[in-house]
Amino acid sequence: MLTQKELQKRTMTEDGQLMLREAYRGQIETIWDRFETQAPHCGFGELGTCCRNCMQGPCRIDPFGEGATLGACGASADTIVARNLGRAIAAGTAAHSGHAKHLAHTLLKSAEGKAPDYPIRDEAKLKAVAQRLGISGDGKSTEELARDVAHAALADFSEKETPVAWAATNVTQGRIETFMKHGVVPTGIDSAISEIMHQTAYGVDADPVNLLLGGVKCALADFAGCHMGTDLADILFGTPKPTASTANLGVLKSDAVNIALHGHNPVLSDVIAQVANELDEEAKNAGAPAGINLVGICCTGNEVLMRHGIPSATHSVSQELAVLTGAVDVMVVDYQCIMPSLSTLAECNHTKLITTMPIAKIPGASHIEFSEEKARDTAKEIIRQGIEAFKSRDPKEVNIPPQQSTVLAGFSTEAIISALSLVDKDDPLKPLIDNIVNGNIQGVCLFAGCNNVRVTQDSNFVTMAKELAKENVLLLATGCGAGAMARHGLLTSEATDKYAGDGLKAVFTAVGEAAGLDGPLPLVLHMGSCVDNVRASDVAVAVADKLEVDLDKLPVVASAPEPTTEKAIAIGTWAVAAGLPTHVGVVPPVLGGAAVANVLTDEIKGIFGGYFIVETDPVSAAGKLLEAIKERRKGLGI
Amino acid sequence: MKEIFVRLDRCMGCRSCQVACAVEHSASKSLFAAIGETPLPRYRIYTERAGDQNIPLTCRHCDPSPCLDACIAGSIYRDDQGAVRRKKEQCVGCWTCIMVCPYGVVGREEERSIAYKCDRCHDRDLPACVEACPTRALVYAEAAEFGAEVRKFVAGVVVEAVSK
Repeated sequence: MLTQKELQKRTMTEDGQLMLREAYRGQIETIWDRFETQAPHCGFGELGTCCRNCMQGPCRIDPFGEGATLGACGASADTIVARNLGRAIAAGTAAHSGHAKHLAHTLLKSAEGKAPDYPIRDEAKLKAVAQRLGISGDGKSTEELARDVAHAALADFSEKETPVAWAATNVTQGRIETFMKHGVVPTGIDSAISEIMHQTAYGVDADPVNLLLGGVKCALADFAGCHMGTDLADILFGTPKPTASTANLGVLKSDAVNIALHGHNPVLSDVIAQVANELDEEAKNAGAPAGINLVGICCTGNEVLMRHGIPSATHSVSQELAVLTGAVDVMVVDYQCIMPSLSTLAECNHTKLITTMPIAKIPGASHIEFSEEKARDTAKEIIRQGIEAFKSRDPKEVNIPPQQSTVLAGFSTEAIISALSLVDKDDPLKPLIDNIVNGNIQGVCLFAGCNNVRVTQDSNFVTMAKELAKENVLLLATGCGAGAMARHGLLTSEATDKYAGDGLKAVFTAVGEAAGLDGPLPLVLHMGSCVDNVRASDVAVAVADKLEVDLDKLPVVASAPEPTTEKAIAIGTWAVAAGLPTHVGVVPPVLGGAAVANVLTDEIKGIFGGYFIVETDPVSAAGKLLEAIKERRKGLGI
Repeated sequence: MKEIFVRLDRCMGCRSCQVACAVEHSASKSLFAAIGETPLPRYRIYTERAGDQNIPLTCRHCDPSPCLDACIAGSIYRDDQGAVRRKKEQCVGCWTCIMVCPYGVVGREEERSIAYKCDRCHDRDLPACVEACPTRALVYAEAAEFGAEVRKFVAGVVVEAVSK
């Protein structure tokens, strides 16, 4: 039997512990069990000193200095580590920008009248994005403007003679100058991915620092991809506004057809959210009095939470546990962070796993190919599969943990500015800046990234959030990080009352009351999915522009306390390039290259102002971020 | 008395045993910290290759033991578990043990001028190298147990061949 202590080491969520006990009873394997069978991990892989870039290898560098000090071609440990890092950034960039490209195609189809299920829902955002890109809206219909923005988006992917527009128009002038000085301005998102793959190929770049700069260039393409993803999703589905909802596995209902939306892109999940009500009657007729119940998993869950208030069942490392409840009738997925193990787990009960994207199929799952042209029909077909599956659900096998947290989400940049404008109509940023200057708010920390099976789920997020909040640091969160905060009740006014320092509490109470919240703003502001990290950077850029300083001077830091994916590496790298001290709570595979590790954690500060802080202890990590914030405040003379 | 045996057909040459051995014999016992220690920790198991076969080699803890017999300083001794170990404070750095070891698995630490070798992780239930082996090429077992496993496997092969 798994002891309580072992369960608590796996996850700090009570619903998760309950489900893991059930899994153990049923001898069902989860990620935590498989992780144990992988241990101990290959030391060369952990240090990043295994090179598989040619067929003469794999070559490994002996970290203890007795064996090989160079690969067969002569590549050093630092060269190998820097190459591997560059390739991870390329993969992360490909994922984020692939998501954005999908939205760009959807927007174009919408503009050309080929996708009637995708009207332009936020014209103001469309105009704002067009204006930022320098696309004139004069005399153009909404569709014409949308077409021009979609063309500009698609053009940003290939090689151009000008910088990637979504990168260059969304940062400070100071950043652009720094990026140009170091030759890291991407001229095409796909071409940046392609270039770093070339740069890291056999017998190309061997200079570790030059390789790292190549990685930064690709990471800036990732930033562009993320920003494009956010912008286009807002145009097509609406810019999020504060919305109340719930989180944890308790959001599943025993008397409803439960459809779990899992993956990343809103292109499919938002349409399912739009049509679900239409099928309530069918669900009721099938014996589910509560109709259709949509729940989110991972970032597509964040997308529909932000725009429709759909509850979040779970995120990241605990996705399998949703299936283990026996209450999920359909889990429909698009791409990214979807564990292949889900299909095996789904076989343990009546749950139907449905893949929808041509590039993301899973053996054992059903595949219903999704197309924008027939979006509503496909969405309904998927829900109907859920209604069918519901009929074979065995109520005796249903085990929904009772835990539910309340959540206030939907804090897009626009929503934050609009809340602040209730305090100062003419100058919305003023209350934020004044309170940073007077010290009520010491600084800002953006929590991003995943859960990681190596870390007790959520423990680093929760510990760090509480540590920083009591020191009056304003907390933002995105992606699975926001999910972690949601599961533990930190996206609530009550959490602000309980954990915020006096200065932060006073500010959040004033803004919250002005916004009619009947209490302070939530302790952590949920800004959206992982591409939505750019919402946080938009706020920082606006503040920097107003103060006429660059981003690397602001008391703003970022943290991925439990990172897993290559996407997290790409985001972390652009956060550093943006000038932010950036914490990672899991040791990344770079320590085998001592010079590379030194550049990333120290020397890079002299180039971009930002740098990585690697710290696995959450209390020490919070301390280091606070120190970085204080150093920045000192630099600003506040 | 348990020994570290090698299933000769299993080794993929990943050197995970070497890494785990060095970490186990470091001050910090953590890979990330161990690679920064001075002196660098040493591994006492070596993955060699002959033809197309990988073979992890480590001390066989021979009895009688050439290195123990040859140790002029009384540094090398046999512990109560039968493992041939070394008291580092008594080692004089004459390297006679290295000369006589038939497997070549006694190493020389230059910084402190002392010999080092496998101590069969005397303070662990399972030696670090065995625990680290991803293909279970390394087995920690009694000689009789290991032999029985080999016989069981061979019996299966024979029965299969005969019943064809």
